Formats: sequence, C-alpha cells, structure tokens
Amino acid sequence: MILSLIESIIALGRLVFGAFSALGRVVIFIITTLSHIFRPPFYPREFASAVMNVGYLSLPVVGITSIFTGAALALQIYSGGSRFNAPEVVPQIVAIGMVRELGPVLVGLMIAARVTSSITAELATMKVTEQIDALITLSTVPLKYLVLPRVLAGFLVGPILVGVADSVGILGGFLVATQTLGFNSATYILDTINFLTSADIISSLAKGAAFGFIATLMGCYYGLNSGRGAQGVGTATKSSVQAAAVLILAANFLLTAVFFTA
Amino acid sequence: MITFDNIHKSFGANNVLCGVDLIVDRGQSMVIIGGSGTGKSVLIKTVLGLVTPDNGKIFVNKQDMIHAKRDNFLSKFGMLFQGGALFDSMPVWQNVAFRLQRGHLKLPKTKAREIAIEKLRRVGLAPDVADRLPAELSGGMQKRVSLARAIAADPEIIFFDEPTTGLDPIMARVINDLIRKIVVEMGATAITITHDMASVATIADKVAMLHDGVIKWCGTLDDMAHSGNSHVDQFIHGRAEGPIKTLR
Repeated sequence: MILSLIESIIALGRLVFGAFSALGRVVIFIITTLSHIFRPPFYPREFASAVMNVGYLSLPVVGITSIFTGAALALQIYSGGSRFNAPEVVPQIVAIGMVRELGPVLVGLMIAARVTSSITAELATMKVTEQIDALITLSTVPLKYLVLPRVLAGFLVGPILVGVADSVGILGGFLVATQTLGFNSATYILDTINFLTSADIISSLAKGAAFGFIATLMGCYYGLNSGRGAQGVGTATKSSVQAAAVLILAANFLLTAVFFTA
Repeated sequence: MITFDNIHKSFGANNVLCGVDLIVDRGQSMVIIGGSGTGKSVLIKTVLGLVTPDNGKIFVNKQDMIHAKRDNFLSKFGMLFQGGALFDSMPVWQNVAFRLQRGHLKLPKTKAREIAIEKLRRVGLAPDVADRLPAELSGGMQKRVSLARAIAADPEIIFFDEPTTGLDPIMARVINDLIRKIVVEMGATAITITHDMASVATIADKVAMLHDGVIKWCGTLDDMAHSGNSHVDQFIHGRAEGPIKTLR
C-alpha cells in the first residue's frame, strides 16, 4: 500500500519534472531565436519565402473554411434566435462570433494543420539527412536562417489571415442572411459595422499574431528536435500539430480572458 | 595542424570515444579507419562543434577549438557529408556557392555563380548541372556536388565522411582520385573517415585505426601493411577472426 503510494508520487514527480523541463527547453528555444532579430546577417529571402508559405498559400483554405463557417453560423443563429423571437440578431452575432472567436481560432487551427506540419516535416528531414549539420559547417546558424524567418512570418502574417477570415466569414453570413433568410443588405451591413467595436477587432488581430507565432514556433521546435529516421520525422510532425493545436486553444482562452474580463 | 588531446564522448551509457589522441600535420591527408559505429564520424564532428566532447581538447593551429568563436574558424573548414547533405530546396549552383552568398565571404551573385560553375567543372561536372535540383542527380553526381561545395571557399582543412559509401566501384574510384587531386592541389589538411580500403590506398598519407574509443594504431600508408597490429591486420584483410568482434 505504502509502496504503491510512493511509486505514484514518484511517477507524478517525474511527470511534473518532465513538463517543466520541456517548458524550459521551449522558453530557451524562443529566447535564443528572438535574440537573433537585430543581429546580422539577415535573411530577407528566407523571410519572404516564409511569408509566402505561411500567408499567401494559406489564403484558399482560410477563405473556404471561413465562408462556410460564417454561413453556417448565420443559419444557426437565425434558427436559435427564432426560439426566443429574436431572429434579427443574426448580423450582430455573426460579426461578434467570427471576429472574436471563430476567425482567429479557425486561422490558428488551419495554420497548425497546414504550416506547422509542413515546417516540422521539412526541418526534421533536413536534420535526418544532415542538412542542419551542413548549415552549421557553412557558418550559418540554423535558428537564425531557418527558425527566425518562419516564426516572424507567422507572427506578422497571422493577423492578416485573421482579418481575411473575419471578413470572409461575415460575408458568408451576409450571403446566407440576404439570399435565403430575407435580410435587407444595407441594414445587415450597417448592423454589422455599428455593432463591432475596435476592441473586438484588436483582440482578433492580436490572437492572429499569437496563434501564428505558436504554430510556426511549434513546427520549428519539433522539427529541429526530431528523432532519427522516417519514424522520427513522423512522430515529430504529429507531436508538433498536437502541441500547436492545444496551445492555440489554451492561448485563445487566456487572451479572451485578458481582453474581455479584465 | 589538428591535435586531438584525450577526447572523451559518451551517449548515455554508450562510451564512444574514450581518450582519443591524434595529431594531423598541416597539409597531411589523414585517413581514419575502423568498423561501423566506432565513433569515427563523432570524432570529426567534435572539431566542427557539431558534437561537444565530454572531456579533452582540440587544437587547430594551436587554437583551442572548443572555446573558439565558431564563425571565425568554420570558414577555414570544408566538409563532405556521408549522404551529401545537399539542400534539396535550392539548385546545385546555390548549394555549391552557399558560403559565398552569405556572411563575411559574401560575393555578388554573378561572381558566386561563376565560382560555383568553376568548382563543378573541377569535380568533373558540366555547367548545365548548375541549374538542376539535387534530387535530379545520381548518387555519384550528388557526391561530386557535395565535394564542390566543400572546396568552394578554398578551405585550409577538409573533412570527408565516408566519401565512397553507396557508390559503384568505378564512381568510388573517380571520387577517390578527385579527393586526392584536390587535397594535393589545394595543399589542404584533410581527414577522411572510411572503411573502404581502396579509398585508404588512394587518399592517405597517414592512417589511424579507431577501435574501442581509442586510436589503436597510427602510421604511414606504407607501414600499414606490416604494422604488426592485430586490429589493423584483421581490418585491412577483412577477416572475421581476430580481436575485433564481428557481433557489435
């Protein structure tokens, strides 16, 4: 009895120690990466390529998921609102739902699925094939050349993607509401504009920056710390997407609490 | 001159290097032989800072490498990796000219490309290879591109990690001859890791045998055939019986 209790305490201790140790490694990774921001050499071409990959190439998937989500949201709110005779709140709830929550979270999860996985697979394969070692022998710091451009791109492009997701989501709701639910176009647009506050928009864009940072950071961290062989690459890719998705949702809760309950 | 002084390195319970002492003179071509998994690659990676030794010192031209500023000394080195380690996202010429497009050795793009094509020609590749991606090349061509990258900035010291692994005997001979020619022409100090005795015969001025984490024997190529060392004899004749266990 006592022995099993001691074993449980030891197991719990190992778990807590492991979690703090992992957190420490990630924090050191972040600090070391960011310490390169103002120190030359700079790699504008790698940054431009990362912006293209994280931002421009994510636009189709972000746009498509957002328009369907906004459209479904409008239908749900119309149906739900009708239960207490308030179907006219569709423009306001679609706007606030997309801007405060769904736009940023959708973008975060889409980046995690599309960008985190591809960054991890790419960097892990580079590690397995000694390309990272080759970079070092060619006097190039992998954190500066591979990680910083991607993380900066995620941080800067995230808000733009969220802006697109918010707008396209609201457009989806607008199309459904005006084409099938009988809303007047001008009234719908006015209701949307009048209801949204600058705090809603700022919080949305801030979440985009945070989620873009988390998604690209996790991709780089797991990629550079992957195990050997094909299995190592696969495990790193799976772990990075899981970690990015969980951290994005946790960060979403924290940021919502900071912006709207403080 | 490269000096390894009592280098130790363990990975968990696996003691890979247990006190390696070795001196490679300036302009000399040293070949390190030994079975698979004996720590040959780990040894050269300690010089480049890719692996940090647990104990011991490494000096290059009397400068302590473990505490030296890495950027300053890495520009003196070239390295041919076992698998080539070419950057698959960039064309061949950009791989070769990688060092010449960044850092303090940075050159204008046209000049860097010109040098890359000249280095490719030097390893026997036509200029039209320059714009192809590494994935479009055969294994032998990739090795040559990797060799061209290793010599692109005219390094003082070049490391070759298993340069002929995975190549057919003819291509292996071509690569061995190229390495010998380049080392002699450039006057570079070279360390080659291999277990291919044909490579040893072509490339080496001196040979060192690494086994059980230490240098078991070191001498000239001419002395190797009658070294009197049972480890070396077993290895160079490829015998299953002897002090080197076949089950590792």
